[in-house]
Amino acid sequence: MNALPCTIYLSFTGALLALLIGKRSALGARIVALATALLGLEITLSAAFSYIPNPHGLTTLVNTPWISQLGIHYYLAVDGISLTLLILTGLATTAGILFSWNIEERVGEFFALYLVLIGGVYGVFMSADVFLFFVFYEIAIVPKYFLVAIWGSKNKEYGAMKLVLYSFVGSSLVLAGLIWTYAASGASSFGLPDLIQASSHLTHIQHIEIFGLIFFGFATLAGLFPLHTWAPTGHVAAPTAASMLLAGVVMKLGAYGCLRVALPLFPQAIDFWQPIIACLAVLGIIYAGLIALIQEDFKYVIGYSSVSHMGFVILGLISCNLKSLSGAVLQMFSHGIIAGLLFAVVGRMVYERTHTRNLNELKTMGLGKRLPFVACVFVIAGLASMGMPAFSGFPAELTILIGTWKVSAVWATAAAVGILISAAFTLRAIQLAFFSDAKSVTSANTHAFAPITLPEKLGSILLIGTTLIIGLKPDLLFNLINPALQSPYFENIIKGVTS
Amino acid sequence: MNFNYTQLLLAFSPEITLIIGACLVLGADFITQKSVPLSQRVTQSILVGLITLVAAGYLSYTSNQALDIPGIITFDPLAYGSRLCIIILTTLVVCSLGATPGRTQPAEYISLLLLGTSGLIVMPAAQNIILGFLALELASLSLYILTGFDRTRSRSSEAGMKYFILGSTAAAFLLFGISLIYGATGSVDLNLIASHLNSHPLTPLTKISLIFIIVGFGFKTAAAPFHLWAPDVYEGAPVTSAALISSVSKLAGFAFFTRLLCLGLAPLRGNLSFKDSSAGWLILLAVLTLASLLIGNLGALAQTNIRRLLAYSAIAHTSTLIIALMIFNTTGASLIIYYTLTYGCALIGIFTILGLLDPEYKSGLITDLAGLSKRSPLLAGLLGLYTLSLAGIPPLAGFFGKFFVFTFALKSQGLSSPLGILVLAGILFSAVALYYYLGILKQIFVKPGTQAPLTIKLNVATLAALILTALVIVVLGIAPQLIVN
Repeated sequence: MNALPCTIYLSFTGALLALLIGKRSALGARIVALATALLGLEITLSAAFSYIPNPHGLTTLVNTPWISQLGIHYYLAVDGISLTLLILTGLATTAGILFSWNIEERVGEFFALYLVLIGGVYGVFMSADVFLFFVFYEIAIVPKYFLVAIWGSKNKEYGAMKLVLYSFVGSSLVLAGLIWTYAASGASSFGLPDLIQASSHLTHIQHIEIFGLIFFGFATLAGLFPLHTWAPTGHVAAPTAASMLLAGVVMKLGAYGCLRVALPLFPQAIDFWQPIIACLAVLGIIYAGLIALIQEDFKYVIGYSSVSHMGFVILGLISCNLKSLSGAVLQMFSHGIIAGLLFAVVGRMVYERTHTRNLNELKTMGLGKRLPFVACVFVIAGLASMGMPAFSGFPAELTILIGTWKVSAVWATAAAVGILISAAFTLRAIQLAFFSDAKSVTSANTHAFAPITLPEKLGSILLIGTTLIIGLKPDLLFNLINPALQSPYFENIIKGVTS
Repeated sequence: MNFNYTQLLLAFSPEITLIIGACLVLGADFITQKSVPLSQRVTQSILVGLITLVAAGYLSYTSNQALDIPGIITFDPLAYGSRLCIIILTTLVVCSLGATPGRTQPAEYISLLLLGTSGLIVMPAAQNIILGFLALELASLSLYILTGFDRTRSRSSEAGMKYFILGSTAAAFLLFGISLIYGATGSVDLNLIASHLNSHPLTPLTKISLIFIIVGFGFKTAAAPFHLWAPDVYEGAPVTSAALISSVSKLAGFAFFTRLLCLGLAPLRGNLSFKDSSAGWLILLAVLTLASLLIGNLGALAQTNIRRLLAYSAIAHTSTLIIALMIFNTTGASLIIYYTLTYGCALIGIFTILGLLDPEYKSGLITDLAGLSKRSPLLAGLLGLYTLSLAGIPPLAGFFGKFFVFTFALKSQGLSSPLGILVLAGILFSAVALYYYLGILKQIFVKPGTQAPLTIKLNVATLAALILTALVIVVLGIAPQLIVN
């Protein structure tokens, strides 16, 4: 448990090492990165196994004064929700490194930036002081630019800039909201528990205004419609490992910020904003799904599917009851794994061999026969993404729908339509990319592809295994998530809605 | 005014040291001029300059409020901190001088620089409005010459001329404003002015004087709409002069005007709020803040020359500093000092590196930086660090400077006030700023370069200056309480 903060320090140290070693040997940098990621994963997993739910809410890891004049503390604490996302970070990092094993250009710098990003993400998930939270959040933003702009593909500089500016504008809104809360409520510190107490002194109008700033600031990163447009462009432009991280972990930062900061701080604002945000979330689910249905570029399909699936998370969050919230957290985890897998297939395993992502061109290659392993992985990932039982997407989306139904049957029904659409675009992509009829396969495209490498296999197995285990026994995570949601930390928001 | 000459000598010992040093640099150079090569003269001048600055720094470090001469000079926290930081920043600039080879008159340059510094360190401490103005003029005159120092380049002369003409006009405005204040209050002592103004409400005369003073303020701190000199001077001046103007001169200017406005003219502050505004300098400053924010950030977007971009970004940074000035009475000097020190370090670092990369100053385009990360990883890394600090990315010091100013501003006024709106605008415009800073970083780290690897010989002093500036930015970022508390 107490080793958890080391994940942050480890990542930053690993980044430095990878940078230094990368100049001499690319392999060395890869090994350093993988070792760092595995150590991080090991620490989070062992912490989760030994974790005993704390009925009072957060379990403090470190709490020392940092800038005493403003009551800012270096305050790290976790509960079941943070642990769930920490495990996700560990898994996604490891898989991302396995799938970017073949990067040849500026290897040391790549893994250094990658690990800095990860260090920031670990930090966000553990911060219990909003100032610290914000600092880590920003640390995670800048490396994204370089990862996408240097190692990306199509439109990489545009995509990178768009991605970073959206994130930064979002975080500026958050910063403004946080400073406002601190100044207006007369809080003595930036610690989350203190702020929650102090924010109850704010007026109802202030609750509504500040909640708007902070929630939409975070939701930008979570891909809430109509602030989602950075996501498809960014995901497509990014190199595989970065898309895996962006969709798998970074979008979760936004959702986590909504859950950890925005909702508990301003419970009085929920009634006002709930219909608006829920409508946007449902619109996002359906709209992004429909767009994914007509994409020619394989990666755009996955990019828009991410937006659609993140809509479920937002819907679950804003429905604000125990079921919907726990579903939302599980969906964050589940989507992190599945989106990582999908991007790995499209960006790495297919693109590196075919050098195209155009579905119409892929159709002529007969990939189903020529790359059976890839086809198999993608079918599994696609099924998981559609929300088939036995995979983690199923319990997550189902729980969200049940929770949402208690608030509004209309939203739940509309979101369920979204699941149908997601089945449609996933099946379309599977069919076009892998199982087109034999007639359309042209003979010109029959040279042999490079075989599937060991890191690719390991990464696929890691992610598929996780989604299967959680799909078959979601209680593994629900047992972490539910006690956290029932703790006093969240009691205001869960009580705040009549169900 | 009761004081004797011993007191005077003690109080002004750093200034006296600097002036003696300025003479020594010239003298030493005069003696050795014929016999040694130019590079050795540069080293010798830098060495004498550094020793002088260290001595002056030590003297101002040991000075305290017991040395105050009422009505003339004070060593309150604002003065003490600013003086120390001015000397530290100047020392860094002198260290970086070695980066610009080929200068023919090292001794004259450093001597002028020391002379200017002696003016700059009086500015934050002057309790007497005439003394303050004289110090400002001494500093400005030195800076005009330093700007036009590179006589072989017409750009430099042009910048020097422009700076001189605009600067003298602004000084005339300021002086006229000050004389009106004297006419209204009958005193040149800031404390007496304040107590006189306390009992007399704002009159048309003082209103006019305020406007004149704000013009002088706007020029000195490069606040829009009095910013027009900045891009030309930043572009044309020798790098070290540009570094000096952007860092030290800004710090001294802010300290000087903070004392003048927040202490001397405090009764004329007026009131800034949506419901019951009343005339005063707060409103004028709010207009300046908004104008600087817009013109600085939007102007920077259009720049292709890196130095002009830095000038516009400096205008944008001025807006944050003006907010810090507006809340000075509730927070004290630490905000302004922290911000200007860290900002100054970043700019000195950037200008030093620009000087290293393009000693002849051929084009100065941002695209010249393309591929720097391959050509010189060390310089690229440092440049990246400074730029990110300017952009306000935590955990670097630039972020904390902004954060403190915004937090204290909101704490004192709330968001639903004009100041709150300015803060909100400042926060949102930081995203615009990130765009052009990322433009620089993109060239450094992303674009492939065409030029061969650099073989820059960094001398010890330059390297020390670069490492020290970087350290300040990182250490004060991780531990901002060192200054803030």
